[in-house]
Amino acid sequence: MNTSLLQYILHLADNSFIYGHRLSEWCGHGPELEVDMALSNIALDNIGAARSLYQYAAQLEGNGKTEDSYPYLRDGRAFRNVLLVELPKGNFAETIARSFFFDAYQSLLYKALMDSSDKQLAAIAEKSLKEVTYHLRFSSEWVIRLGDGTEESKQKMQDAISKYWDYTGELFSASETEIDMIKNGMAPDIESLKPSWEKIVSDTLEEATLSYPLRADGAWFQRGGKKGVHTEHLGFILTEVQYLQKSYPGCEW
Amino acid sequence: MKSKEDILSILENVCDPEVPVLTIQDLGIVRDVHVISDKEVEVVITPTYSGCPAMNTISMNIKFELLAHGFEQVLVTEILSPAWTTDWMRESGKQKLKEYGIAPPQYDTMNNPRESDFVVPCPLCSSTNTKLVSQFGSTACKALYKCNDCLEPFDYFKCH
Repeated sequence: MNTSLLQYILHLADNSFIYGHRLSEWCGHGPELEVDMALSNIALDNIGAARSLYQYAAQLEGNGKTEDSYPYLRDGRAFRNVLLVELPKGNFAETIARSFFFDAYQSLLYKALMDSSDKQLAAIAEKSLKEVTYHLRFSSEWVIRLGDGTEESKQKMQDAISKYWDYTGELFSASETEIDMIKNGMAPDIESLKPSWEKIVSDTLEEATLSYPLRADGAWFQRGGKKGVHTEHLGFILTEVQYLQKSYPGCEW
Repeated sequence: MKSKEDILSILENVCDPEVPVLTIQDLGIVRDVHVISDKEVEVVITPTYSGCPAMNTISMNIKFELLAHGFEQVLVTEILSPAWTTDWMRESGKQKLKEYGIAPPQYDTMNNPRESDFVVPCPLCSSTNTKLVSQFGSTACKALYKCNDCLEPFDYFKCH
C-alpha cells in the first residue's frame, strides 16, 4: 500500500470533514434564513466530499476499515487537517473570512488535482470543483458586502481577515506527504498555487475596500495540523463528533 | 436473460425522493447497466451533488425495484467522473419540473454562459420579472427565486 497516498487522502478528507463540521454549527443559527441554508448546504458538500475520500482511504487500507473508521475512531493526533479549519466558527464575519480563504484554496487545489495521475483523486476533484465554485462565490460576495458595508461591518470583516491570516500559510507549505505525492505526480505542487490564491484574495479585498497585504512576505505563520499537532479546538470537535462511538463502541444504526 | 434496455425500462419506475415527479432516468444519473446473469445485475449511478442525502434512498429504491423484477443480487455502484451535469437531464424531465412548480435549468453548461445573462421565468405565471433571493435553496441542487409579478417564491433547479 502507498502510505503517502493514504496520508494525503486523509489530509484532504480531514480538511473537508472538519471544515464541514464547523459550518454545520450554523445550522439553525444563521443571521438570516438564506445564510443558514447556504452554510448548511456548503457543510453538506464538504462532508460529502470527505465521505468520498474516507471511502477511498478505507478501500486502499482494507483491513476491515470503513469510511466511519477515520472520523469516529482516530485520536486528534492522527488528524491531518490544517489548523485554519478547526478554529471556532466565531462571529459571522469570522466564519466568512475563514470560508473565503479556504474556498479559494480548495478551488485552486481541486482544479489542479484533476490532473492527478491517480484516477480516483482526479474524479473526486472534478466532482468537488463544481461545488466549490458556488462556495467561493458565496463567501467572496459576503466579504465584499460586509467590507463595503457599514463602518461596523467593515471593521468586523477587517478584524476577521486579519485574525485568520496567520493560519493561511499552512495551506501552501508542503508537508513530507505532499512533497512525496508531488514527486510522483499524484498531487499538485501546493506552493505553486499560492500566487493565484493571493490574487483572488487581493482582488476581492480590494473590491471590499479592505486592506491588503496584511503582512510582509516571509512573515511567520501558524502551522502544525498537517503533522497532527493541533490547537485545543480540535479536541472539542472530536469530543462531540465521537461521543456516540466512545459511549457505545461499535454502535450502528 | 434480460437485456440492458429491459433494465433501463424497469428503472423508469424509480423516482427521485426529493422531486418525485422526476425519475432517475429523467435526471440522467444512471450511467450504465451490466447484466451479469438472470439473477445478478449491476447499476452504475453518479451522484448529483457530493452531499446529496437522496443518494442512499435512490440506491435502495433501485435495489427494491430490481429485486421485485426477479433479480437476487443487485449491486449499485457510484462513479464520480465524468461529474454529473444538468445537461444530462431529459427535456421531458425539465417540462415535468416546470409543471411541478420548479423552474428547470435554463442553459447548457457546455457553452459556458454567465449565469447572470439568463433570466429564470416564473414556473407559475411565466413572468420573466424574477429575482434571485439565494444561490442556495431547500436542497443543494436548487436556488431560491421570487417572482416580482405574481409575488410567489419558487425554486430554480440550478445549471450545474
